[in-house]
Amino acid sequence: MTTEIIISGFGGQGILSMGKILAYCALMDGKEATWMPAYGPEQRGGTANVTVIVSDKPISSPILSRYDIAIVLNQPSLDKFQHRVKPGGTLIYDCFGISSPPTRTDIQVFSIDAMAKATELQNAKVFNMVVLGALLGTHPITSTDALRRVLEKTLPERSHSLIPLNLQAVEEGRKMVSQA
Amino acid sequence: MTQENIVYKKPTLMNDTPMHYCPGCSHGVVHKLVAEVIEEMNMEERTIGVSPVGCAVFAYRYIDIDWQEAAHGRAPAVATAIKRLWPDRLVFTYQGDGDLACIGTGETLHALNRGENFTIIFVNNAIYGMTGGQMAPTTLLGQKTSTCPHGRDPELHGYPLSITELAAQLDGTCYVTRQSVETVAAIRKAKQAIRKAFEASMQGKGSSLVEIVSTCNAGWKMSPQQANEWMQENMFKKYPKGDLKDTL
Amino acid sequence: MEQEIMLMKGNEAIAHAAIRCGTDGYFGYPITPQSEIIETLAQLRPWETTGMVVLQAESEVASINMVYGGAGAGKRVLTSSSSPGIALMQEGIAYMAGAELPGVFVNVQRGGPGLGTIQPSQSDYFQATRGGGNGDYNVIVLAPASVQEMADFVDLAFELAFRYRNPAMILSDGVIGQMMERVVLPPMKPRRSEEEIRRECPWATIGRSKDRPVNIISSLELDSQEMEKRNLHLQEKYRTIREHEARYELTTTEDADMLIVAFGSAARIAQKAIELAEEEGMKADLLRPITLWPFPAEALREAAKGKRGILVVEINAGQMVQDVRLCLEGSVPIQHFGRLGGIVPDSEEIVGELRNFKKQSS
Repeated sequence: MTTEIIISGFGGQGILSMGKILAYCALMDGKEATWMPAYGPEQRGGTANVTVIVSDKPISSPILSRYDIAIVLNQPSLDKFQHRVKPGGTLIYDCFGISSPPTRTDIQVFSIDAMAKATELQNAKVFNMVVLGALLGTHPITSTDALRRVLEKTLPERSHSLIPLNLQAVEEGRKMVSQA
Repeated sequence: MTQENIVYKKPTLMNDTPMHYCPGCSHGVVHKLVAEVIEEMNMEERTIGVSPVGCAVFAYRYIDIDWQEAAHGRAPAVATAIKRLWPDRLVFTYQGDGDLACIGTGETLHALNRGENFTIIFVNNAIYGMTGGQMAPTTLLGQKTSTCPHGRDPELHGYPLSITELAAQLDGTCYVTRQSVETVAAIRKAKQAIRKAFEASMQGKGSSLVEIVSTCNAGWKMSPQQANEWMQENMFKKYPKGDLKDTL
Repeated sequence: MEQEIMLMKGNEAIAHAAIRCGTDGYFGYPITPQSEIIETLAQLRPWETTGMVVLQAESEVASINMVYGGAGAGKRVLTSSSSPGIALMQEGIAYMAGAELPGVFVNVQRGGPGLGTIQPSQSDYFQATRGGGNGDYNVIVLAPASVQEMADFVDLAFELAFRYRNPAMILSDGVIGQMMERVVLPPMKPRRSEEEIRRECPWATIGRSKDRPVNIISSLELDSQEMEKRNLHLQEKYRTIREHEARYELTTTEDADMLIVAFGSAARIAQKAIELAEEEGMKADLLRPITLWPFPAEALREAAKGKRGILVVEINAGQMVQDVRLCLEGSVPIQHFGRLGGIVPDSEEIVGELRNFKKQSS
């Protein structure tokens, strides 16, 4: 089974690190993963996206034009990627600042308000973990256990105290899509 | 002849290969001084020289040490790597004005500024000798060369570059000096300067630059003696001799 | 011991692998999309562990001449850059080829010409495989298609470079440099000792010794008779390399009647295209040259046998396709598909090309 995902939004939203955590989890689970950013001059507020592919077999192209799942976190990303979701696929979008919501009817669409949730958790930085939670709520690509191990491995020692908060954020994200 | 009677001998590092330098050229003397200093420091087996593009391109033919021949202007980059990778070796570059102060200005200033622990021997004769007497960055105002046949004109060609003064400004240099080799006294001083620079390189004190103001009588179209006199009268005005920096 | 699971960028893998395979020095200048190589090295501080020197040079021109100096002194020395920077290095590379120096350089290609774009490209194929600088020479060119190969090819490039006393290039691109995937880093190998360097590189300039004549590293020889001899020696060496070092990967599909030839990231995308094409009943093999020079000509002739057509997919305007044509001499219809300016071809576009090509050739 191969899952092809695009995550897209503004630079500074933690998109690349969220994708990296996801890819790392896949490796922890014994799967293969690729992480391919649309790179450019680094710009806070500019657009950023990353393609993450998770598979139980070797992955050929790390670059795709159609996706099983699109996670979009701003209007330009929604406009660009909603039509690139394969029929039957999934679109998760953050509703903040979205003036024209998705129009596709042949895919599953989930709207979340990750920033509101992150604010509720009193740490705006866990925004991307709420989003990751929403993804895992719709597609259980990896386990909480793998996630914890990856956070332990990738976060510097001084930030380990934040792991429970991050995991809580993931759980909140999960809940958002189960309620939807 | 007994040993006591020997008052002079050629340094053993200098081989018998006939030099391609023109009679009267300063390079031969500078080569000899470099060879003598290496010998006196007992560094024959631990020295790597880097030769330039220019008249001294064949320096490696005359002094029996290991050499690398660098691309035009790149000797300081080549020497940077050699010295960093073999820090206990004596490394020096031997460069002319075109190589050092024109095409290799970037490499020269940055190596000196990093304080690389090697010495640059800079032979400044204010002309491109090897390619047949074209204008150099150090060519004096009014001086005639094949590419400024009516004399160097600042409107057309810009000004002579005092790169040694620039080098003295850099935090990475520990010893910057300007010498010449047209008299016995000058030769002795030049040799002392080379020795001092080489020792500083081995002690890890930073970069050294020893400029030798030189003649190119062939390029200048003069006899060797006229060239020496012209140098003393004109070159030393723009390029005054002496230490420009000495932190040792 | 359980192998540590590593997820990293191709660029990062180059840096890690360099430290692990006994590299003595890295000299480089930042340029997108490969700056992570020097950044990772700076982060890892190998000078405190293996003693590897890491230096940010003042330019690519200086970097390659530092590689020249280090290689001439028998050391394993590496530089990396991206297309415009590699263009600047061509002088030094030609000097290294002429002086027969075994340095390694990595080109994480971006689109050109000129300053071009920072997005991925494979448009430096000609420059890499034809020498790139002045004179009759060749550089050994390895084209990684994965982060794992980025890691593995550093040591391989050094091995080949020292075996043949010839510069070697890792020709990557922005996709492989920037993407992350699983990598198993090579085992730690110590840097060579002075004795080992003396033994393996008797030509190196590390200070003369009584048991040999002085060593001189130079590409200069003004006597044309001698210079021709040197050139003939180089050509002989290149012949040996061509005979022994061509590397490739062939992925076959049963009953395939088409062949795709692609290298590096384009081969990954082409592989995906083959998977998609199979869903509509089109079958193609994939030949991925791993060495671009020497070009795996024999393997290509073999793989082309019985095929109705060959599609060469590159992220350029048609460069490797010339080698494919030279190799097959008109025996099979050959088409090229590429995207330019930093646009990476899409696997679905490739399927479309395959579909049209097949229609034309039937």
